[in-house]
Amino acid sequence: MGSPAAEPQHGGENRQKNHLVFGSCSRYLQLWHGDDQRQRNSDVRVVGVVQRNQMRSQFTVPTVEPAAQNQLTLGGAVRRPALSSASFSRGMQTVTLIPGDGIGPEISTAVMKIFEAAKAPIRWEERNVTAIKGPGGRWMIPPDAKESMDRSKIGLKGPLKTPIAAGHPSMNLLLRKTFDLYANVRPCVSIEGYKTPYTDVNLVTIRENTEGEYSGIEHVIVDGVVQSIKLITENASRRIAEYAFEYARNNQRSSVTAVHKANIMRMSDGLFLRKCREVAENYKDVKFTEMYLDTVCLNMVQDPTQFDVLVMPNLYGDILSDLCAGLIGGLGVTPSGNIGANGVAIFESVHGTAPDIAGLDLANPTALLLSAVMMLRHMGLHDYGNKIQTACFDTIRDKKVLTKDLGGNSKCSEFTADICRRVQDLD
Amino acid sequence: MTARCVRSVSGSLQLLLRNRWPKVYGAATCSQKHTYTPPPAQYGGRHTVTLIPGDGIGPELANHVRELFRFCCVPVDFEVVNVDSTMASEDDINNAIMAIRRNGVALKGNLETNHNLPPSYKSRNNLLRTTLDLYANVMHCQSLPGVRTRHRNIDIMIIRENTEGEYSSLEHENVPGVVECLKIITRTKSLRIADYAFRTAREKGRTRVTAVHKANIMKLGDGLFLECCKEVASGYPEITFDSMIVDNTTMQLVSRPQQFDVMVMPNLYGNVVSNVCAGLVGGPGLVPGANYGEDYAVFETGTRNTGKSIANTNTANPTAMLLASCLLLDHLKLHAYANMIRRAILSTVTETRLHTADLGGQGSTSEVVQSIMKAVESTGPRTLSL
Repeated sequence: MGSPAAEPQHGGENRQKNHLVFGSCSRYLQLWHGDDQRQRNSDVRVVGVVQRNQMRSQFTVPTVEPAAQNQLTLGGAVRRPALSSASFSRGMQTVTLIPGDGIGPEISTAVMKIFEAAKAPIRWEERNVTAIKGPGGRWMIPPDAKESMDRSKIGLKGPLKTPIAAGHPSMNLLLRKTFDLYANVRPCVSIEGYKTPYTDVNLVTIRENTEGEYSGIEHVIVDGVVQSIKLITENASRRIAEYAFEYARNNQRSSVTAVHKANIMRMSDGLFLRKCREVAENYKDVKFTEMYLDTVCLNMVQDPTQFDVLVMPNLYGDILSDLCAGLIGGLGVTPSGNIGANGVAIFESVHGTAPDIAGLDLANPTALLLSAVMMLRHMGLHDYGNKIQTACFDTIRDKKVLTKDLGGNSKCSEFTADICRRVQDLD
Repeated sequence: MTARCVRSVSGSLQLLLRNRWPKVYGAATCSQKHTYTPPPAQYGGRHTVTLIPGDGIGPELANHVRELFRFCCVPVDFEVVNVDSTMASEDDINNAIMAIRRNGVALKGNLETNHNLPPSYKSRNNLLRTTLDLYANVMHCQSLPGVRTRHRNIDIMIIRENTEGEYSSLEHENVPGVVECLKIITRTKSLRIADYAFRTAREKGRTRVTAVHKANIMKLGDGLFLECCKEVASGYPEITFDSMIVDNTTMQLVSRPQQFDVMVMPNLYGNVVSNVCAGLVGGPGLVPGANYGEDYAVFETGTRNTGKSIANTNTANPTAMLLASCLLLDHLKLHAYANMIRRAILSTVTETRLHTADLGGQGSTSEVVQSIMKAVESTGPRTLSL
């Protein structure tokens, strides 16, 4: 390794050969994977990164617990490798809770109350994530939060606000980088009782979360011409494809569809497609199809029932997952999970912080609650997950105590109390 | 010296002329530029239009267009140029481009791109659009009476930048396993498309233009696009301008599409949004699309589908292609013919008995076309016998 204290050397023939684009690629990878590998030789730096990517979390799956027969599963991802099964003993399991900003604290309290009523074996460890400047000038999350997450491996996160012009990247981005959260999973299931023009939606969008169009590498070539770089790598594509097929297998999903635009972006989406096809060879029990992004959009708004699991790169995933969230009623009722390397998983609500209703007991905790249910399924606690989900859906179907965004005018605490009551009745 | 004159002279002279009279876009100059366009040329009182049948359902729909035009005695002759999309050489598409340069207008079916071929084989459609500099793709999505959809009263005009953005096809693999794809946004083209959008909004009496972007993530690229839109918006004070992030836009489109009026956006978001809107109003068989450039115009179906699976089964919906041909007639200033055919098409679409498979019915393409011809005949003007 080069001396970390030295300034980057810009001389040398190697550098000159690297034209603007390649230099930016290396810089991106450096930013992504941390500057602890400050090699002056760009080639070695990139290869070093590729080697690090090889350290994927194991996907060896022991026996799968069947999901409840009459419930639509809202998650349940990769099973844990055997070595960390100690943390899934019959006792209490620790989950790092990040309440967030705005309405975050009140919806987190609501979720904790409901879990208490359900007597779920979860011990919450509340942590705050505000960006702090670590040694070396890099922004990072507080070390106690990181340590807690590394220990418990599961996190539940409320909405985090992104201050504009704060000098540091958004908190979500920081979390993503710290724990290498490479897959964003969003199960979109129509909620009975919350009417939208689309009924019978039951699909899952799995989006690659680390690269693609959101690499943030942009340059002004000449005044008035901007180039933005979309990065697709073999390892990231293979990793997300494997996760998608594992998810499909573990959740009894029949097909996986890769969404791409390889007719136009032949090399990049072509690489993504090739990796998906390769991985599909190992999962013959799951049907694999490929579809253009525009065809998916067209068919999604006409007949969403034809889709099952969708896997795609970052930008398409962003657009499609929000499209699907819109089909079932918006971000206020959509759960979401982020799966990382080394078995880390952070489940979150994807709506905003809603500062205008913060502290007024008007917030809707459904999104965070459904994400927590997804988390329970991920941990293998299907019974508790189903119980809480049933209670939540029953409350919404009943329409007696609904928060304002669901069409009622009850308070958050009343909504929560109703769900708690139902959970206790279900026991 | 018009742009067309400049284009026809040799390369080096072109460079000289372009540098002496550079095109300048901006809020101040844009509104003054396009005040006069000469009428389309007619030889012997008839227009010649290039027709590229394309793949899949393209050829049969092109035949229906010709049949309908012949029946209605429309003074348009079609110069058919077949493009074989399976061939590796680009001669076919270059012939087509030359024909379009000659005639100025074209009607086109979609050309299939096999995405398993290596990157040296470029998308023929994209090649056509970029070579002819058809910078604006316009799609007007309207709820049609008689077509049952989940949302009613949609009337959105989508204006999409057609030549740059993510579709620049600039990709390379520096390190094995790492591919970079460049998305290019330029000030000139962004100003051009924004000006086109505002001008069109003004001409059609629209009150609101929404720019769709992702500038919170792609700060420089989409930031530049947004900046150009704002600059142009300042020159059109009567039109409200706002912007929306693309993922929020798709969410709003499926919950409340009635809030949108005119939307302008770069290439890839345009692809997504136009397909979502087409799905909302009833599907790919109903919406026509138009690609406008400085000197050329090419008309096609809005969502650019080849329809390979339903080719030659007589089940395709001809509405989109026929409405595209009406747009073509409007472009040629044959408004009387355009309105006559459009009225006939819309009256046929309201008849549920004749809906094709994509609208949930069992009608066939030929039945629909026959019905349209009958409707035209009944409105009175002189036609050939059925």
